Amino acid sequence: MLNYTIRRLLLAIPTLLFISLIIFLIIALSPGDPTASLPLSVPAEVREQIREALGFNEPIYIRYLLWLKTFVINEPMYYLQDVFGWEYDKSINPRVISWQTRSPVMDTIVQRVPQTLWVVGMSYVVGILIAVPIGIISAYKQYSIFDQIGTFISMVGFSVPTFFTGVLLIVVFSVMIPNDSFFWLPSIYDTTLVVEDWDSFWKQVRQMIMPVFVLSLFNAAQISRYMRASVLDNLRQDYVRTARSKGLSEKIVVLVHVLRNSLIPVITVIALGVPQVFGGAIITEQVFKVNGLGQLLILAIQDGDAPTVQTLTFIFAVLIVLFNLVADVLYGIMDPRIRYD
Amino acid sequence: MRTLKTILLATAASAVALTGAWADGHSKRGKDGELKIIYWQAPSILNPYLSGGTKDLEASSLVIEPLARYNETGAIVPWLAESVPTVENGGVSADLKSITWKLKSGLKWSNGEAVTPEDVIFSWKYCTTEGGGCAQVEKYKDVTSVEKIGDLTVKVTFGVAKPFPYGPFVGAQAPIINAKQFEGCLGAKAQECTTANFNPIGTGPFVVDNFKPNDVIQLSANPNYRDPNKPAFAKVTFKGGGSATDAGRAVMETGEFDYAWNMQLAPDVLAKMAAAGKGTIESGFGTLVERIMVNQTNPSSALGEERGTAKHPHPFLTDIAVRKALSMAIDRALLTEIGYGKAGRPTCNVLPAPTIYASTANDGCMKQDIAGAKKVLDDAGWKVGGDGVRAKDGVKLSMVYQTSTNAVRQDFQALIKQWWKEIGVESELRNIDASVFFGGNVSSPDTFQKFFADVEMYANNFDGTDPEAYMSNWGCSQAPSPANQWQGNNMQRYCSKEYDAMIAKYSTTGDLNERAALAKAMNDMLMQSYTIIPLVDRGRVSARSNKLGGTVMNTWDSELWNAADWFRIK
Repeated sequence: MLNYTIRRLLLAIPTLLFISLIIFLIIALSPGDPTASLPLSVPAEVREQIREALGFNEPIYIRYLLWLKTFVINEPMYYLQDVFGWEYDKSINPRVISWQTRSPVMDTIVQRVPQTLWVVGMSYVVGILIAVPIGIISAYKQYSIFDQIGTFISMVGFSVPTFFTGVLLIVVFSVMIPNDSFFWLPSIYDTTLVVEDWDSFWKQVRQMIMPVFVLSLFNAAQISRYMRASVLDNLRQDYVRTARSKGLSEKIVVLVHVLRNSLIPVITVIALGVPQVFGGAIITEQVFKVNGLGQLLILAIQDGDAPTVQTLTFIFAVLIVLFNLVADVLYGIMDPRIRYD
Repeated sequence: MRTLKTILLATAASAVALTGAWADGHSKRGKDGELKIIYWQAPSILNPYLSGGTKDLEASSLVIEPLARYNETGAIVPWLAESVPTVENGGVSADLKSITWKLKSGLKWSNGEAVTPEDVIFSWKYCTTEGGGCAQVEKYKDVTSVEKIGDLTVKVTFGVAKPFPYGPFVGAQAPIINAKQFEGCLGAKAQECTTANFNPIGTGPFVVDNFKPNDVIQLSANPNYRDPNKPAFAKVTFKGGGSATDAGRAVMETGEFDYAWNMQLAPDVLAKMAAAGKGTIESGFGTLVERIMVNQTNPSSALGEERGTAKHPHPFLTDIAVRKALSMAIDRALLTEIGYGKAGRPTCNVLPAPTIYASTANDGCMKQDIAGAKKVLDDAGWKVGGDGVRAKDGVKLSMVYQTSTNAVRQDFQALIKQWWKEIGVESELRNIDASVFFGGNVSSPDTFQKFFADVEMYANNFDGTDPEAYMSNWGCSQAPSPANQWQGNNMQRYCSKEYDAMIAKYSTTGDLNERAALAKAMNDMLMQSYTIIPLVDRGRVSARSNKLGGTVMNTWDSELWNAADWFRIK
């Protein structure tokens, strides 16, 4: 298993290099300009000077190699300078600088990660916690009322877009319910809130309720369908019949034998979904103004901020490659029949 | 009788209480707690020299200030300077080549240090050093030197006579920055000064506590602000992001925020929000005019490298009758109502404001005149063909009409296409993503400068109140062409010797009234050439909570220009 993992990690390096090149080319060759969002009253010569200062006028391959060098060498140097006691000088080894904010892209990303993990990550956890039991019960009592309702809700969760459910919740809980009511929830996420006591914790919970609900509805809908299908598969297997005929109770049959086996494919699905958590939920983050990674990406795209888009998408690519590996390894651990070596 | 007495007493009491609250609100700094502002485009940086974006400019205006700025009427008022220098008071030299500013005495930066002429000089150096990519270089155009004369006085010298010397250090675009803080940030180093760009030391009513790019800014009252009783708010939370709808809702429906900027929303949506009773819409008009440019050169791709250049005049848009008919067929009032509501008003001028520059000579365009337009075309010999499209000598009135992708603009395109169809002009609609259309990428054929279409629609305005640079846009030499890498703002490639002579005269005229008369004449000349068809004068619309007082909508400067005077209505 270890050999397999190392082999895969080594193989990931050329894969990621290739991905970074493709991303870079897509961004660089698509039309767009960092000065496009400036007011028209800014004259052309000034725009040209801005482009020059940003390094936008360099040839494509130089821009790519520069980005690669800053991201792969300079950024780790900056972060590890304390650990290894390196002399880090930002004028010799500049970091990846955003065209929008003229500040290091990674600083902004680091600032955004907690928000995204809190809201999107929490909704993923909540979604899984809801989806697994629903999936089991729906499969065990196939075509029962519970199953029908579960199917209906997951269809709704799956097909109604988050920009609709999000705004619907805002209209109900922020607009229609008066501000001083207990049930009122804020429509705008306060990213400056610091949780330090029960009062601020309660505030944090309240502002997370709506975005987390909207996202977990979507996640739960997806995962519960996988769970249901997987449990159904297993319930029809011979080993289940054997277990029952040996006189094991239904509780043990379902929760020990069936659950363990049917979780194998679902865990793969869950692991593959984790990179999406980091990617943020672009639309939901916009609706509730949770200024996370998704919102950062969309703003960077709108403003033609190539370094930010490049860095973010590349980090997502790294995560996807990594979690694919995690899913494969988990698969091997959970299912003794699968061996990679 | 008793009830009446009670009511009267109650009214009197509440009136006293109210004035009391107002007076209190003004009497102490930081008494009114927190002010919450939402901009649906989040500020990325607080240094306006490195960003031309309105959102960044306005956010920074809470912290850093210019020597003088424009008030809501467009007049220049002294800000950090004691007074506005003019030729009359001796501040501007008689040859119009220098201007002398005197700082208010006792001015302090938020860190307690004194504001000196060195800071003013440094601000000029900062923006004009090579390699810095300063977005406001235009403000410092023709400045040859800025020197200190006395303890509080600086003299700005220009290389040419400047009838309007209020470019440098005037308005939110050209504020004074702290020389010590930005010392190591000149030229290419500007990019490295993240802390300074995010937390500029300023003279304004607020100080940055925490800046999260593209997200939120937390500010608190400046302890060293020049008026000890201001600002009324102790804290400001400046949130960014979302959409105009979300921001409007947060102020007018849920009441979570006090002020929302740039409510570009459909008129009926705004009216519905305002009906919730928590906020009010404020609008003001500046110089932003949505217009159609009429190409005077032939954009046909068959011409290869020479398409869109003066060598090849347009086959039919060079006929003034056609251009006039196109303008007459448009119902500007209807367009305004559908697209902008309170945020727009129909206009017949490309220079609609300030008042002294606004011409009334072209107001005939306000009324749609389809029959008149048809007659103009008939008289000019354009005959309706079998397919309903007019033609003359084998040339058909068939055009490509392009604009940027934007819901309102596409509505406008559809309506105008219909009206033009009625008068026998066929148009094919095209919309191009804004970042490409306005992107100025020389290799793209779809930019508004290249204008490879017959007519195109967009909006433009000018900074401040002096239209000289703006009106000079339509000189012959300003036409974008391959020779100048498609730069310039004379999109329609208008060229008139008479107009060029007026531009030359304008640059040497010093008297304000003469300048105004000249600007009006230039506007009229352009309008009567029908190469620019103005549609709507677009205003700024913002939403204000009913609990926020003191706001004065300003379209000539930052909307937050007088944030020091804002207070809470209790």
